[in-house]
Amino acid sequence: MSAPALETRDLCKQFGALTVASNINFRLEAGARHALIGPNGAGKTTFVNMLTGALPATSGKILFGGEDISQMAQAARTKRGLGRTFQITSLFRDLPVLDNVALGIAEREGVSLKMWKPASSYKTIRDESMAHLETMGLAAEALLRVKDLPYGKQRLVEIAIALGLKPKVLLLDEPAAGVPSIESGRILDVLADLPKDIAILIIEHDMDIVFRFAQRITVLVQGAVLVEGAPEEIANDQRVRDVYLGEGGHD
Amino acid sequence: MQAFASSLVSVLFHGIAYGMILYVISVGLSVTMGLMGFVNLAHGVFAMAGGLLLSTAMAKYAVPFPLALLLAFVVVALGSVVLERLLYSKLYSAGELAQVLFTMGLIFISIAIARQLYGTQAAPVFLPDYLKGQINILGRDFPAFRVVLIFISAIIVVTLWFGVERTRWGAMVRAAVDNRDMAQSVGINTNRLFMVTFALGSGLAGLGGALGSDILPVQSTYPLENLVYFMIVVAVGGLGSLSGPFIAALMIGIADTATKYWFPELGAFLIYAATIGLLLWRPQGLFGVRS
Amino acid sequence: MTRTGSYSGHARIGIMEALPWIAAIAVFFLLPDYLSLGARIMIYILFTLSLDLILGYAGIITLGHSVFLGIGAYAAGILSVKLNINDPFLQLIAGSLMSAVFGLASGAVILRTKNLTLLMLTLAITAIVYEIGNKASWLTGGADGLPGVQVNPFFGRFEFDLWGRTGYIYCVIVLFVVWFVVRRLIYSPFGAMLTGIRENTPRMHALGAPVYQRLLIVYTISAGIAGIAGVLMTQVTQSVGLNVLTFEVAGDVLVMLILGGVGRIYGAFVGPVVYMIAQDLLAKQFPEYWSFGVGVLLIFVVFFARGGILGLVDKIAARGRTP
Repeated sequence: MSAPALETRDLCKQFGALTVASNINFRLEAGARHALIGPNGAGKTTFVNMLTGALPATSGKILFGGEDISQMAQAARTKRGLGRTFQITSLFRDLPVLDNVALGIAEREGVSLKMWKPASSYKTIRDESMAHLETMGLAAEALLRVKDLPYGKQRLVEIAIALGLKPKVLLLDEPAAGVPSIESGRILDVLADLPKDIAILIIEHDMDIVFRFAQRITVLVQGAVLVEGAPEEIANDQRVRDVYLGEGGHD
Repeated sequence: MQAFASSLVSVLFHGIAYGMILYVISVGLSVTMGLMGFVNLAHGVFAMAGGLLLSTAMAKYAVPFPLALLLAFVVVALGSVVLERLLYSKLYSAGELAQVLFTMGLIFISIAIARQLYGTQAAPVFLPDYLKGQINILGRDFPAFRVVLIFISAIIVVTLWFGVERTRWGAMVRAAVDNRDMAQSVGINTNRLFMVTFALGSGLAGLGGALGSDILPVQSTYPLENLVYFMIVVAVGGLGSLSGPFIAALMIGIADTATKYWFPELGAFLIYAATIGLLLWRPQGLFGVRS
Repeated sequence: MTRTGSYSGHARIGIMEALPWIAAIAVFFLLPDYLSLGARIMIYILFTLSLDLILGYAGIITLGHSVFLGIGAYAAGILSVKLNINDPFLQLIAGSLMSAVFGLASGAVILRTKNLTLLMLTLAITAIVYEIGNKASWLTGGADGLPGVQVNPFFGRFEFDLWGRTGYIYCVIVLFVVWFVVRRLIYSPFGAMLTGIRENTPRMHALGAPVYQRLLIVYTISAGIAGIAGVLMTQVTQSVGLNVLTFEVAGDVLVMLILGGVGRIYGAFVGPVVYMIAQDLLAKQFPEYWSFGVGVLLIFVVFFARGGILGLVDKIAARGRTP
């Protein structure tokens, strides 16, 4: 049996006395479309931050394609092929859209330490950035500054940047958060078209997106895995319903 | 041996006096930086203003010493509120660089004004006769003024700690230092809290500058010359902490006095080296809430 | 127009960019009495440029940049006075290297921290080096500094003359070379990456950039350039003193950069020119008003003109374009 794309073993995180992740055992299979859901404060973003290395875990292991990356710096994990988007848009707001994507590609290609030739002369990076923007339908906006784009398109830039890193695993932290529903259709289309060989973990509140996109769902409640299964199992799970309907659901 | 013991007592005494003054001046800086996250390089301006006020009030208007101290506190606190409302508050979320530049600007302006009004000499320190002599404690003579200085500082420290631990204002400050957004969401008016805390911190700096004018001579370059020491107290003690800067100030006061006494050739080298070492070991300082 | 390394722009040298050099040549012929001031301005442009690299491009706020100027200056002074090494280029290279090495060593330590701690450490390191400069008089001359620095004639022919002509030309040439290198650097992928760090450090981490290592590299380069400025200062004044290590100098250079426009290469040109000419005209006549004026200027820039003089020029130009 081949190793899963990403796996955690007994992953824990404590802030002082507060436990925000307790013994999370999680597997993301190669090429999977996996969703992580849970009520607010369940620790979903904390979990993603531990996976990427933005937050150190208190204990437990993270394996990437079978390799232990628990102690690795964030940059090294990214280099291995672990990409992410941010829940709250985190872009280079004053830079052109193209540069937002190109900076990531430059890191991937290892040209960021080149100090002599102008950045604009690196045609391959520029072309590849353009290609990603075209996939997102952003080619016309390539030279605009990010902050001049509507929010929905900024979310697409997030995804374009992540794709530019050629990830093996992509963590999407609420890709449609804050986007009006008219525009979120576009994001869904983009998600559906993502290359099949990328394993994707999506964190999402919008159940519509979750059930249309995911083949497998993990429910996180108060920092622990409540249940994991196929979408129809989750939809019919009484515990999940209780969590989402509130404590008053059963007496 | 006895000579050493004697000089040790002397170093400790003067070191504590110096440390106390450093603390009274810097504590406001620690709390405002911890509370508002504002890099206020100009804190020393308030201390200088306090020193100049005291000197002027006593020399020109024959205000008695205790009243002049009170005056330094009140006037500086009120003046700082004006600055806070007009300028500081506009830059709370403006980023570190803007805050650094703005407070540097304040330092330049205050230096120019102080020099214009008082010249380049240190403002003379006037002491009432009852503070001029020596006080005999356990068979040793100590300068009366410094004994009183330590005593007054201790009262201020105790009052301050009591205030922060026991009053509603203190509870709000502690909550806001801990988590500003949370404090705001439970209905604390952080704007007013900042203003009051800023005024109190600046007032204390004014008081400290006045009280300590024979340890830190009050002259026009005061805010710049003492900047590093005030910042060290805060950084070493830890932002937002009350007790951290107290320990840091005493350590620095005693260490500085000791080096000047025993190893004058080293200057402030040891203090700086220790500060760098400590900040590398603990970037958030000894008792810092955040770095 | 992009002013920084960008994958979407271009990096051609514009006509306007010839202006500083035309001005430099014009001053040489038209204002022969001001060549020593001119040389000082060139030196400060170099120094400001080095600060712009770390503050304007990489976003590192420092209160102690004078330490690198000082180390370069003292390196040249010590080479000449203590070791009798008077070759101008040898002094230049040695001073720059010394400063760069110190930048690497101190940067390796302090760039692990950020915000106030980083600010404090820059302050403390500069204070400590000042203290060493003051107390290690066997090496640095203590409070008296090192007078009587000697510099051999360039290529055995061109001596420093009384009118400061050689010094001026020398400074212009060094500045030109450094400008060219810095400009390449800023427009390169490295420059683009630095802008990324300044704009959004967490994002650069997520893109896989080892940010600490990158900051350390630019900090070292900046220190090396500041060191060059220090060497020139020693060579032109033929002495070195403690004043190069003070916070006043660190503050001055910060003010000049802010005044010109931070994060753009020509901000580092405009700032020193305006500041130092104003200082030359006003500071001696009205010393009491000078620091008052600088203070007011700083506050004005913070509240009304974040982009400095060049930022204002941009705004006016933009208003001119849109009818």
